[in-house]
Amino acid sequence: MKSAPSRTFNSTFLVNGILALIVLLWLIPVVSVFVSSFRDRFDIQTSAWWSVLPHRDWVATRTINPRELGLDTRGPMTVEGVTATFEEMRAGVEQGNTRLIWIGTRPIGKIQVQEKQWVTTTNLNLENYRQVLLGKSVQIKLADGTTQTVRGDDFSGSLLNSLTVTIPSTIIPILIAAFAAYGFAWMNFPGRRFWFILVVALLVVPLQIALVPVLRDFAGLKLNGTFLGIWLAHTGFGLPLATYLLFNYIRGLPRETLEAAFIDGASHFTIFTQLILPLSIPALASFAIFQFLWVWNDYLVSLIILGPDPNVRVVTVTLASIAGSRGEDWHLLTAGAFVSMVVPLLVFFGLQRYFVRGMLAGSVKG
Amino acid sequence: MATLGQTMKNKPSSGKSVIAWILRIGLAVLIPAIAFFFLYQGFLFLRAGNAPKWVIALVAIIWGVGGVAILYYIFNKLVEMLSPEWTARLQPFVFVGPAIALLLWFLALPAVRTFYISLFGRNGPPALPVTMAFTNPGEYFPALAAQFVGFSNYVAVFTDRLMLGALRNNILFWIGIATPLTVIAGLLVAVLADRSKFERVAKSLIFMPMAISFVGASVIWNFIYEVSPAGRPQIGLLNAIVVGLGGQPHGWTNYTAIAPWNNLFLVIIVVWLQAGYAMVLFSAAIKGIPEEIIEAARVDGATEIQVFFRIMIPYILGTIITVTTTIIIFTLKIFDVVWVMTGGQYGTDVIATQFYRQSFINRNSGFGSAIAIVLLLAVIPVMIYNLRQLKEQEAFR
Repeated sequence: MKSAPSRTFNSTFLVNGILALIVLLWLIPVVSVFVSSFRDRFDIQTSAWWSVLPHRDWVATRTINPRELGLDTRGPMTVEGVTATFEEMRAGVEQGNTRLIWIGTRPIGKIQVQEKQWVTTTNLNLENYRQVLLGKSVQIKLADGTTQTVRGDDFSGSLLNSLTVTIPSTIIPILIAAFAAYGFAWMNFPGRRFWFILVVALLVVPLQIALVPVLRDFAGLKLNGTFLGIWLAHTGFGLPLATYLLFNYIRGLPRETLEAAFIDGASHFTIFTQLILPLSIPALASFAIFQFLWVWNDYLVSLIILGPDPNVRVVTVTLASIAGSRGEDWHLLTAGAFVSMVVPLLVFFGLQRYFVRGMLAGSVKG
Repeated sequence: MATLGQTMKNKPSSGKSVIAWILRIGLAVLIPAIAFFFLYQGFLFLRAGNAPKWVIALVAIIWGVGGVAILYYIFNKLVEMLSPEWTARLQPFVFVGPAIALLLWFLALPAVRTFYISLFGRNGPPALPVTMAFTNPGEYFPALAAQFVGFSNYVAVFTDRLMLGALRNNILFWIGIATPLTVIAGLLVAVLADRSKFERVAKSLIFMPMAISFVGASVIWNFIYEVSPAGRPQIGLLNAIVVGLGGQPHGWTNYTAIAPWNNLFLVIIVVWLQAGYAMVLFSAAIKGIPEEIIEAARVDGATEIQVFFRIMIPYILGTIITVTTTIIIFTLKIFDVVWVMTGGQYGTDVIATQFYRQSFINRNSGFGSAIAIVLLLAVIPVMIYNLRQLKEQEAFR
């Protein structure tokens, strides 16, 4: 379907043009947060993020002290050939390429002469990242040069928690599902059909159904707020999909390979670990990426089982809590959002091939 | 576990098979239970020490993953030491047992338990040991009856004002608008990318939001929708455009004057997040259309529009249905975006935010559970479809 010779230059141009427009639309949200996260906290609040791009703006060239000229602010004043009242001056009086504007209060203010010039706001730094990543106390520089000590948001701690939650929550279900998938695919046992139907039926069950009873069990077992609890929960919720995908894959492996191994006297366990697992790596990788991204980006399960305790909370919960309590602190929110995105984006762009393969194999989380 | 008995059809129930069943169930429960016990002890040990956080994290990861792996190894070794006959009987349960036990604990039984809880009032069924039903039925059943409300929670689900709003949002905005928009966006990009030499880059970038959490996406879009008082510079892109065109700035998601259409600003976020998924599946399907069919149509003078509607769409109809179903299931459970953006205020509540609010904030487990059961009922048609598909596969004939 690639551009047939009959296709004209115009239609190729149109296709690429529309595509570029869509891609641009899709990228702007991420770019805006990325750019903003490096901007000064004061700049973010007072000017739009696209002001880092070259644009024309008023720039002060000279300052006039109205008292030196002996101007009376009560009546019309004449400065630089412009006559205007104080109120007009305060709003700014434009004339050609220059603008006169009164800065400050009536008794002690000054008049600025401004010109339109091409400018960029290039005041970019890593201060915001320092503040969201570090815990306890962070020294931050303010616009006027003074320093202030604030409490950091400890995203580095949350990142560590997210890793501690995500890695086992990815590997444990894969391990358990791989054993089960092999069992369903290559072993005979009574109830095999029934239990596999259960696996398929549970594929689309919304996990909301399980939260209240599981939370009750966890309360009894003192698992609320522990990593072990959330590993178990993510394992349970991820198992139907993992088992189903791996079953489909393992079932499709050539039967002769297995039979030859059996004839050689290999046990199920040996065949599974030495033969099936290595052969299944593409399927394992597909599911692993899927589960990794799912667990890392999960909010509901983490919120309910780990909760907001800073010792265990994961990045999504930390980010949501800043969004909820300090929704105006865009210097923290933008940097925090980006910190929470770095790991999944790396995994995603590094292993996109496997991710797509998993999706095409029917990765749909219940 | 009562269902286990039904599955043993072909065997005469001799003493041996009873023992086999006890051992099998034992294996299925024992492996997770022992794994759990050791992991738990390790945790207590870790928590008692005051090592640096990253050491604890590292040990926890190794402990968790390694522990489970070793357990499978040990149990398999134990089963293999038995006579071949018994090994064949029990080994499958070393393999599938733990998965079944976890599925039962975390999904299958909770569905039944949630339904049970949904029949009771605010606090759910009284917290009495089940054994009391036999030892002291005189006290157990009246205590149960006192909390029992029958199906009145379900009546509330479909009459409560907030729930009705949530159901409307889920059906009208999330299934009715977000789903087709996502499908159309995904299809459009897939078709365009297929004809472009920048296919890989374009698809990668449209796909990228799939890697971003809903919380992160909410923060990103909140920034787009950010509003400053009129007259001040607008730092949100949307308001900057609106003000630039001479309009009034609004905090779009909480703009109740246009309610319920403020939901659309949440819908946009999900379309942005999910279009990549639709695109990937459509892209693969389009590549599966034989070149000859399309070329033949073009030779016969079909326009590109006709090729799209008369050939491509019918050819990938199966994929369109799959993608649509998947997105409907997904939007039924939509939670994070709404919760972080608006907290369900300004008429943006959905079923899942209502579930969360009732279950974990209002602490009304009966009502919350009823909402969860309604969610489950909504996906049952898909479940039945999946099971039919399974029946058609030869794997389990």
